[in-house]
Amino acid sequence: MSETVKNTALFGLVFGLIVLTGFMQSWNVAVLILNMGLISAIMALGVNLQWGFAGLFNVGVMGFVALGGLAVVLTSAAPVEGAWSAGGWRIVIALLAGAGTIVATVVVRQRMAAGRARNIATIAILVVGFFLYRGIFDPGVAAVEAINPALQGNLGGLNLPVLLAWPMGGLLAAGVAWLIGKTALGLRSDYLAIATLGIAEIIIAVMKNEDWLARGVKNVVGLDRPVPYEIDLQNSSAFINRAEGLGMDVATASSLFVKLNYSILFAVVLAIIFVMAQLALKSPWGRMMRAIRDNEVAAEAMGKDVTNRHLQIFVIGSAVCGIAGAMMTTLDGQLTPGTYNPLRYTFLIWVMVIVGGSGNNLGAVLGGFLIWFLWVQVEPMGLWLMEVITSGMAEDSGLKKHLIDSAAHMRLLTMGVILLLVLRFSPRGLIPEK
Amino acid sequence: MDFLNALVALSNFVIIPAIAYGSQLALGALGVTLIYGILRFSNFAHGDTMDFGAMIGVLVTWFLQSMGVSFGPLPTALLALPFAILGTMALVLITDRVVYRFYREQKAKPVILVIVSMGVMFIMNGLVRFIIGPNDQKFADGERFIISVREFKALTGLKEGLAIKTTQGITVVVAIIAVALLFWFLNRTRTGKSMRAYSDNEDLALLSGINPERVVMYTWLIVAALATTAGVLYGLDKSFKPFVYFQLLLPIFASAIVGGLGSPLGAIAGGFVIAFSEVTITYAWKKVLKYMLPESLEPSSLMQLLSTDYKFAVSFVILIVVLLFKPTGLFKGKSV
Repeated sequence: MSETVKNTALFGLVFGLIVLTGFMQSWNVAVLILNMGLISAIMALGVNLQWGFAGLFNVGVMGFVALGGLAVVLTSAAPVEGAWSAGGWRIVIALLAGAGTIVATVVVRQRMAAGRARNIATIAILVVGFFLYRGIFDPGVAAVEAINPALQGNLGGLNLPVLLAWPMGGLLAAGVAWLIGKTALGLRSDYLAIATLGIAEIIIAVMKNEDWLARGVKNVVGLDRPVPYEIDLQNSSAFINRAEGLGMDVATASSLFVKLNYSILFAVVLAIIFVMAQLALKSPWGRMMRAIRDNEVAAEAMGKDVTNRHLQIFVIGSAVCGIAGAMMTTLDGQLTPGTYNPLRYTFLIWVMVIVGGSGNNLGAVLGGFLIWFLWVQVEPMGLWLMEVITSGMAEDSGLKKHLIDSAAHMRLLTMGVILLLVLRFSPRGLIPEK
Repeated sequence: MDFLNALVALSNFVIIPAIAYGSQLALGALGVTLIYGILRFSNFAHGDTMDFGAMIGVLVTWFLQSMGVSFGPLPTALLALPFAILGTMALVLITDRVVYRFYREQKAKPVILVIVSMGVMFIMNGLVRFIIGPNDQKFADGERFIISVREFKALTGLKEGLAIKTTQGITVVVAIIAVALLFWFLNRTRTGKSMRAYSDNEDLALLSGINPERVVMYTWLIVAALATTAGVLYGLDKSFKPFVYFQLLLPIFASAIVGGLGSPLGAIAGGFVIAFSEVTITYAWKKVLKYMLPESLEPSSLMQLLSTDYKFAVSFVILIVVLLFKPTGLFKGKSV
């Protein structure tokens, strides 16, 4: 079987499964899986850039996805009236002071000779800088958060079109990734993993607690959408006529229409990123990356700047994850920092990349769709399985109730089993690297 | 008097909680460090191994409670601990047999083993949620306090009270026993010595006839015991909640790395460094400073450096600083 046939068959299988969902459950569920599958595929491409191309072990995907979500609020939400004059600028100045402290510390450490004087100077700058920062920062935050706290209490955004938030999400994630890469890259692989794991937790902690930024755990709801609202469609006579022409219920048709609009937008983004990743992989730059991945020392001997190339691809991969995160928040229409959890947003993406085939962009995309489909469908399948297993038990049996209630937790178990099976029997994934 | 009050407040809110938390972290970090030393990879499933052990502890405790067994003033969970350890030992040995051994024979790169441990993490996490559900579970019983605030105030006549929870006392005592046993085993027994030899230099150890599979098996057994003990103690002290153990992974890794990966002594030191930094930096110092400073200087704010939600950030910053300036950790671990 030639490679093209095999790949087509694999993609055909996954889309067949999604279409089957449409027939067996509902088309709404099917399109929802498709949409999140498209987003997951983009995230998987981002991780594949880092891991598959360059061998960087980043388990902080969740943080960059969340930053993308934050960018949606900061870009597209309406600015909160009076927030900037009340304390917004103060917060900005405080953040600049904080950044200045860190820059000053780095400069002092570079300029002064090692010794006690340098250590004292470092500590003095950090302590003074910290209190200065808190001194400017706290009143500003209090002022901003006091504005209409039940509904606002944050700075709001720039009121730009929401589609612009997607590249902004990429930029924000890239900026943070650059900062992280500057400090953490160059650590060996497991240290980098633990460092990125920690950074993702910190990003989420900041988003949960800094209410002035995006209302923290109080969530921002009702974000702008790039597609029409269902209710407007249901009130438009042209749409009603067309839906009835197709023999569909207007409510279902409107919700499907909106979701399909999203699908088209997401598919366009996925196509652009995929083509770019593919071009990168085949370019001299891509070959250099793989050379660095396979033998760092040899690549360095050939005059390649390994640390800078790592930084480069770390930033690019994180930016892709940021874009996907922004798209996801746009799809949800709300930013809920409390829902980000590393199993779902970091490790699941890793399962996608490994199962699909690390180092192969097509594989990452396939993994994104397939694993997302399973993630959604394992729950109903598990429930069905449990009902079959327990069908012989008495109605009031405690074990039966427990098993049926626990079916919801089957997905973690299944993902683990799939990951281990693929690693064991097909370590290069479904579509291996060429 | 003011000085004593300050000291009591400090002990009550900082020192005692930090010692208990530090002991739990140290036990966890010992497991991570042993696996790193012998099997040479960072085990991402360690948090969930603790989780699994604690879960068996909870289940056995419930069973014992329902049978009417109790341990007097001490929590019944201590009686359940040996059973939980046995259960976890069985689980990790099966995992090693089914999953890890294949990669060991292949001489797979450490990073592949890390990814494999991610898969194991998913499975263990799923198992725990499957068996006990994702909710909070209470299983502590017995006396709540060794000394309560009111008793302490009546005893000393000070304005500030000092409370020592039974669980905190037990945590420290059990941790000391576990660590003593571990060091006795590593330094005095033949198997322990062969483990250290294997960790120091694999080739030399193999050359002198040490059976690697045996070393690996003992490592898993010890790790299971340590992880379960840490998990049960943490669950007793706070409360048992499956997801929390996953979040402990970061401070545990930070402890192990700060101390120097592969160094048991370092893991213990690292655990306390992380615990004390987390607690002191997120503690509101107003209460202590009120006693220490003259009235005119009394602080108006809470004097809290960082909100408690940022405690992860503390362990993380320490981790980064150590990695950048002393990559082998405080106790010269491995840096390969």
